[in-house]
Amino acid sequence: MSLFRSHVLICGGTGCTSSSSDKIEERFKELVAEQGLDQEVMVVRTGCFGLCEEGPICIVHPEGSFYSRVKIEDVDTIVSEHLMKGRVVTSLLYRDKLAPPEHQLATSFSEVTFYKMQHRVALKNCGVINPEVIEEYIAYDGYKALGKVLTEMQPADVLDAVKKSGLRGRGGGGFPTGIKWEFAAKTEGPIKYIGCNADEGDPGAFMDRSILEGDPHCLIEAMAIAGYATGAEKGYVYIRAEYPIAVKRLKIAIEQAKEHGLLGRNIFGTDFSFDMEIRLGAGAFVCGEETALIASIEGERGMPRPKPPFPAHKGIFGKPTVINNVETFANVPQIILKGPEWYASMGTEKSKGTKVFALGGKINNSGLIEIEMGTKLRHVIEDIGGGIPKGKKFKAVQTGGPSGGCITADHLDIPIDYDNLISLGSMMGSGGMIVMDEDNCMVDIARFFLDFTVDESCGKCVPCREGTRRMLEILDRITEGKGEMEDIDKLERLAKNIKSSSLCGLGQTAPNPVLSTLRYFRTEYEAHIVGKTCPAGVCQALLTYVITDACKGCTLCKKVCPVGCITGEVKGLHHIDPDACIKCGACMSKCPFNAIIKK
Amino acid sequence: MAQVTLNGNTIHVDLPKTILQVAEEAGLFVPTFCNDKRLVPNGACRMCVVEVEGARSLVASCTTPAADGMVINTETPAVIDARKSVLELIWANHPNDCVVCDKAGQCKLQDYTYRYEVDIDAFKGAKRVSEVDQSNKFFYNDQNKCILCGKCVRVCDELQNTSAIGFSERGFHTHITHPFEEGMDKSVCVSCGNCVSVCPVGALMPKSKERFRNWEAKKVQTTCSYCGVGCQMNLIVKDNKVVDVEPVNDHSNMGLLCVKGKFGYSFIDHPDRLRKPMLKKHGVLTEVEWDEALDFVAGKIKQTRDVYGADTLAGLVSARCTNEENYLMQKLFRAGVGTNNLDHCARL
Repeated sequence: MSLFRSHVLICGGTGCTSSSSDKIEERFKELVAEQGLDQEVMVVRTGCFGLCEEGPICIVHPEGSFYSRVKIEDVDTIVSEHLMKGRVVTSLLYRDKLAPPEHQLATSFSEVTFYKMQHRVALKNCGVINPEVIEEYIAYDGYKALGKVLTEMQPADVLDAVKKSGLRGRGGGGFPTGIKWEFAAKTEGPIKYIGCNADEGDPGAFMDRSILEGDPHCLIEAMAIAGYATGAEKGYVYIRAEYPIAVKRLKIAIEQAKEHGLLGRNIFGTDFSFDMEIRLGAGAFVCGEETALIASIEGERGMPRPKPPFPAHKGIFGKPTVINNVETFANVPQIILKGPEWYASMGTEKSKGTKVFALGGKINNSGLIEIEMGTKLRHVIEDIGGGIPKGKKFKAVQTGGPSGGCITADHLDIPIDYDNLISLGSMMGSGGMIVMDEDNCMVDIARFFLDFTVDESCGKCVPCREGTRRMLEILDRITEGKGEMEDIDKLERLAKNIKSSSLCGLGQTAPNPVLSTLRYFRTEYEAHIVGKTCPAGVCQALLTYVITDACKGCTLCKKVCPVGCITGEVKGLHHIDPDACIKCGACMSKCPFNAIIKK
Repeated sequence: MAQVTLNGNTIHVDLPKTILQVAEEAGLFVPTFCNDKRLVPNGACRMCVVEVEGARSLVASCTTPAADGMVINTETPAVIDARKSVLELIWANHPNDCVVCDKAGQCKLQDYTYRYEVDIDAFKGAKRVSEVDQSNKFFYNDQNKCILCGKCVRVCDELQNTSAIGFSERGFHTHITHPFEEGMDKSVCVSCGNCVSVCPVGALMPKSKERFRNWEAKKVQTTCSYCGVGCQMNLIVKDNKVVDVEPVNDHSNMGLLCVKGKFGYSFIDHPDRLRKPMLKKHGVLTEVEWDEALDFVAGKIKQTRDVYGADTLAGLVSARCTNEENYLMQKLFRAGVGTNNLDHCARL
């Protein structure tokens, strides 16, 4: 085996790939070869590092130099300076604004505040190994847990370990994983299945994608462990087709695992056999709901089925089935290797371990983070997330995507766990966190999420199919200034009935964003309805563009107005005709003197 | 035996049963659109929701198994409000044309709307609008009235095994259609009309030749005369004229009919229908009484048998006859005429 003096790790996650990290990798390889360094420097394409905001990211080891927002032309400099002459290119290093001034240059990846504050379990190998090389996974203790399970543990011991760890489903419901496995294990039947839900669909959530892209073998190992524990010999991964990189890497990983005898007949020379298949989702959000997912795997229309029967009793093709999402599985090998006590030592009383969150919206460090359960929301947003850009004021954070709700500044000191979030009218969901500042209109946010659910409702049951649509129409009216006070009562009653009588989780949680914004921001709704104003200045129909005394009469606004509704002479105060104005905002963004405001 | 508390009364029931079955057996009313005991429970319409103590939300009684110790309430304020909401939402997407709708009087939507005192104008907004599919000869598909209970799709799939129709598109745009939306007549539909029979509203309706209101007609149960299966059906009769047919859920046909039984009833009042036997006299077919006709036929049979022997005669029986009639025919030939030359069209 050859030894390399330097390793260049390049993020190959979807985010960095979309900003050309694939080309950066090519360029590195080209230059390294040109300089004859290919026996000394290894260029590795890894999974996601998590700090997507700063992508494309490259890390050069052994120093751990953390280069961020790397451009293709920067590669030449890094190669000629860092790799050839051993001089770190400080101008390209990530600036850690959270660190004290003297430590802001990220000469060592492990010292970056964003990472120091995290605890990576599910993301352990993401950004560390090359996901397309099984040996790298094995070198990081890969398949060791499967080996231990098959050669040293009985299925009951495995169930026991997972139960003791306190691991709960990371896909949103938070059902105890060990108990779910036990249900399937106890259901009699010669054929059972393990299903992995990789149909991650919440807007702004990409935890599962990153694990699949960065550490696909971990999923294979965990599913095989689940198979052993429950008596299943076949696994299905239902993964959305919108994740091409993840699909490709998982396919490679499955092939490699088969070649190495880690999937297939008589794994580790035991009687245990396990095989896996990938099923591609065709874009329906509802297929992330487990019964719709099962229907889709079976080749049926992706529509939910009533529960009971639960999948543990009657799942894929009517056989006992365990369905967990990617992140849940990703914790399992670690639990086996380090012991359930270690896992249960992290987190709160009822929510153990760590959780991956996708930070997005109005936040400086958008990206993927993994923290211990029980971490305070404030710590996540202000410290790890680096606070709100442009010095704006924090307003709320939406957790749980379209099924969740918002949490306001008053509750930022609450420790994050399943139960606390539910008590605040939100939910853990799959882990999306969308941060909103003072410029976000909460009625508009509720409308956005409902618009999503209306599009994604499968149409099977009346409350969800018809009810969410009517709620959206009411919200549309309110944001257009046509709302009436009784609309709020209508929204609340509809929301209550949709939640209580819909068939599946999608409908049962779809009204949450509305209920939650009504709970914390009722005055904003009232301002839209009674005052016909949008306090955050978002809802176009309620805005009026006005030119203030700051106008110098430069006439730029008049020129840019597409409907010619601005009048005024050179060097004279200009005026907007509010009846003709289409509120496009072109004048406001053009004005060099910030003289145009909307109110 | 399990013990279940139903609206405050403790009852003992044999399981497995759904909550809906338990409630109906106890004589309670539970509204349903999508439930049909012949079909796999679907849980789509959410009308049958009930309250179960300890459950996170209301549960659909048609899909939830009853369990020992369950405490069920079928008409609490929360249940009634949820049902009202479902009905209001259906109305928001349904034409208000009951006065001219042929389904009026037999429409579940009408009945439940009345029962729960629903405000049919509670929500105003977009409606699904689609053209009525008139391409089938016997019935039409008016998706503007469809409430998407899915019974038509399931009966076609699970009982009729034709699978001619299905759901198309998703969410608010979901509708019932045939492959590639090419018209019912281009599908594998066999026009059995079982979808029409299960439709709880006026979306799938027979192309009736007669105008009648449901309350003007009476139902007469009879056995279908087309074949020997013995399907039970109700003739819908107005002014002594058959104006429609509906299947009866009885042992032989379980509420199903074929295209002939369901739609082929117009011969009954057809002017060309033979109402008396005819004999050719002097080269002209002439109406005669039954006695004369039977005497003539019996005479000819006897004459042929006596002159040429019994085996020169043969009997052929129709599948439209009942078992009993078939039995009598062979008895007549074997014992009366004295031949075993006997056959039946169903053997061909």
